[in-house]
Amino acid sequence: MNALEIFFHVSGTAVVASPVLLLAVMGLALLFNRPLSETTTVRLTQTSVLLSLLPAIAILITMLATGIRNVPIEFGNWVTIPEQAFHFHLKFTFDRLSIPFLMLSCVLCGVVGEFTRRYLHREQGFARFFLFYAIFYCGMVLSSLAGTIETLFVGWEMVGLSSALLIAYFHERENPVRNGQRVWTIYRLSDAALLIASITMHHMVGEGDFGGLMNSGIWPEGTAAVTSSQALLVGSLLLIGAAGKSALFPFSGWLPRAMEGPTPSSAIFYGALSVHLGAYLLLRLSPLIEASFALQMMVLSLGTISAIAGALMSRVQNDVKTSLAFASLTQVGIIVVEIGLGLRYLALIHIMGHATLRTMQLLRAPTLLRDYNDLENKIGARLQQPPWSGVRWLPQSIQHWCYRFGFDRGFMDIALDRWIAAPFVSCFRTCNEWEGRITRFLSREPIAKTETDSSGFDDNTSQDISTAA
Amino acid sequence: MSELHFPWIECSILAPLLGAVWLQLRSNSERALRDTVVVCVVTLLLTIGELVDFTWVGAFEAHDHWPFLSWIFPPDVFVIDELSAFQLPLAALIFMVIVLSTLRTKAPRFSLELALISESLVLATFSCRASWALIALLIASTIPPLLELRRRQRCSRIYCLHMGLFAGLLIVGYGGLTLVDASSSAILIPGALLTAAGLLRSGIFPLHLWMTDLFDKATFGTAILQTTPLVGAYAVMRLVLPIAPSWALQSIAVLSLFTAVYAGAMALVQSDARRMFCFLLLSQSSLILVGLELVTPIGLTGALSLWLSVAMSLTGFGITLRCIEARISRFSLDEFHGLYPQMPMLAGFFLLTGLASIGFPATVGFVGMELLIEGAVEVYPFVGTMVVIATALCGIAVLLAYFRVFTGRENRTLISMRARPAERFAILLLTVLLLGGGLYPQPGISSRYHAAKELTRLRHDASIEDVPVEPTPHPHAAAAANIPD
Repeated sequence: MNALEIFFHVSGTAVVASPVLLLAVMGLALLFNRPLSETTTVRLTQTSVLLSLLPAIAILITMLATGIRNVPIEFGNWVTIPEQAFHFHLKFTFDRLSIPFLMLSCVLCGVVGEFTRRYLHREQGFARFFLFYAIFYCGMVLSSLAGTIETLFVGWEMVGLSSALLIAYFHERENPVRNGQRVWTIYRLSDAALLIASITMHHMVGEGDFGGLMNSGIWPEGTAAVTSSQALLVGSLLLIGAAGKSALFPFSGWLPRAMEGPTPSSAIFYGALSVHLGAYLLLRLSPLIEASFALQMMVLSLGTISAIAGALMSRVQNDVKTSLAFASLTQVGIIVVEIGLGLRYLALIHIMGHATLRTMQLLRAPTLLRDYNDLENKIGARLQQPPWSGVRWLPQSIQHWCYRFGFDRGFMDIALDRWIAAPFVSCFRTCNEWEGRITRFLSREPIAKTETDSSGFDDNTSQDISTAA
Repeated sequence: MSELHFPWIECSILAPLLGAVWLQLRSNSERALRDTVVVCVVTLLLTIGELVDFTWVGAFEAHDHWPFLSWIFPPDVFVIDELSAFQLPLAALIFMVIVLSTLRTKAPRFSLELALISESLVLATFSCRASWALIALLIASTIPPLLELRRRQRCSRIYCLHMGLFAGLLIVGYGGLTLVDASSSAILIPGALLTAAGLLRSGIFPLHLWMTDLFDKATFGTAILQTTPLVGAYAVMRLVLPIAPSWALQSIAVLSLFTAVYAGAMALVQSDARRMFCFLLLSQSSLILVGLELVTPIGLTGALSLWLSVAMSLTGFGITLRCIEARISRFSLDEFHGLYPQMPMLAGFFLLTGLASIGFPATVGFVGMELLIEGAVEVYPFVGTMVVIATALCGIAVLLAYFRVFTGRENRTLISMRARPAERFAILLLTVLLLGGGLYPQPGISSRYHAAKELTRLRHDASIEDVPVEPTPHPHAAAAANIPD
């Protein structure tokens, strides 16, 4: 190993190890009931972000100086059964796609961490927020740099869990918790598709390495090493996983619900990073998309529908954070279209620009309304909103339909609840009722209160499960 | 056959038995809990000693012919192998943490003597190979919960019905097996009876009602002890796996798979916390059976790894629910309880164990679940998909329960509800194991793979038709290992 390789290995290790260590320290502190002070928590977070960001910049500069375009950092097999060809390979890739996304993650996590220091000062859940934030940060770094689909899955799951827990951050109210549950449900179901894709990919190419899937060249030049039909199968599953994580149609319903969390987490998750993670996955596997025309069409359609739906919905929301969330959806939809068209660099630049701008907007959102109020008080009248003149060309009925579509958030929640959740709940409630009847018949015991309770449901449970499914 | 260097097996079985006698003689309830904890710790140490010694011996199976114990136990009854060597410390650990996390106020309701007798029976069962002795132990281990149900004056009809059927099927099935020729097709009938017994004990649909009933009527501790060591899976491994043809095992796998998905979905719609736990356990333990019955080394490795993970994590999950019940009595998942501020440590542990039970990354079950899915996809891709769906449903149920128990409203109390030192110790011990096994999984997986390979080989040696023996290495594996085609 020459000096350059040693440098890359040490720097790469620092990038990955830093968030893992942060998570370990914060997790152990809470586990042993020794919460860290606010100052210590923030300093640790800042240090960790810097220890990831600076080596990443150093790697980038060295890569630019030497002309190296791909630096794989291998940590060997985490688990291996050689005779069965099973291995869980820990490999991280620094290339033209992962380094910008990693740096974006570090910068935005750093900014949001610093913002949170004041925003949640003396909040009861300060340490809890930063623990979940550490899980998210760790997940983002692992996902950004993942060289294998298994490593990506680990990061992906961490991002999902921390998102759900942070939406439910305000523990003492029901609404945030219900919304957190909903997000988790969508994530779990779409992550199932990702896991199945991972296993399918293993069987196709014998490994989970992204390099194994791309026959030649490194990003963005790779071509898929699988047939068109195989690409369609794996790609469709990955598309479901990406759609769930990026809130693309028809999974967009969770996006406004996610705004129940504290503003810093809304900014970082749903304005900037998490919502782009699906697009990042598609970008990483863009050669796979190009291998199948049908898959390409699916990606384009999904992106277009999501962008249009997001645009319609963002215009009629009465809450600034929700409106911004749907505006994000529009941009993510456009990014997906760009990926479908093969404009890889444009999509990457779009992700970075949009994430930065949206983070700033969302962090500004809580004070924006107060400033509006101040301004209106000073001028003594309402501020004039510029009308959207294009809408006047449409017939009245379509205008109304568009308004209803936007206001009801594309009827997606209603449709999912009515056509998926309700039959599911109804079916298993019936099963549960039957089980209760059979048990009572067999035991011939008088119905105890607890048993009655256990077989009955209240509206909240069904609502929650409807929400969940 | 290899010998252990100390009679670990017999001593570990005798220790809880003697403990139960000691408790009966002393009749001092003040110190009974402490004494039981001591006995459980000693038993755990003995089983760990057995595991270490067994690893040192380095054989597939070993027993101990120590003369001073041979008058109690007939020789060759207790033999451990790579399968059971890990199950013994695991079972002892489950008993120890359950006893350790029992509040003193709850000790009179939860019979410590019966718990120790159960421990002795479970350890003896895991140390015993296929024979009438194993059948007798499997049947005997169903008695302590029955005694408790009777003592609590709860209806035991469903339990008796199921366990009576279980005992009958075992006796008739194994009796039939000894009468017919192993190579004849008549072996299928006793095989089917033994399979039914194994499935019943494991709570496979539609034979699972006894489990929900037990959780409803027995103390939570007893219900956990009766179910989490997964004795049913062991019975299937010992009695069914060696004789059943592959097609029969795959049929059982399909049934187990259906149970996994069904129970996962049922866990989502439960309003009683205990029932939710029961269905979660059913779903995950069914997944283990799916892996066991795939009979491919990789599927079997996944199942054996998941066995350890599910037993540990769901015991932890059960402990947390039990600790909460001990403070606020039985509770419903219909409403929010907002207990997080009162018990942050238990909340964290609840989440950790719940996520570990579904194989969340960085916990002990993650790699096991990956292996299981990989093994399942090898046999039939649809099976792998259903395993993933079952896990997804369980994951949703876990977080739903977490939110219902710990969040949703403000719940201020004047008295402290925080975990006691003993509970904290049990929690931390399990946490270390769950996370340690998750972060450094290679030794565990290697040992489970070795066990899986040996079990597959033994099954092959028993001349079962169409058994998939060592599968041909994957072309990519061959390439990786530089094996010429």
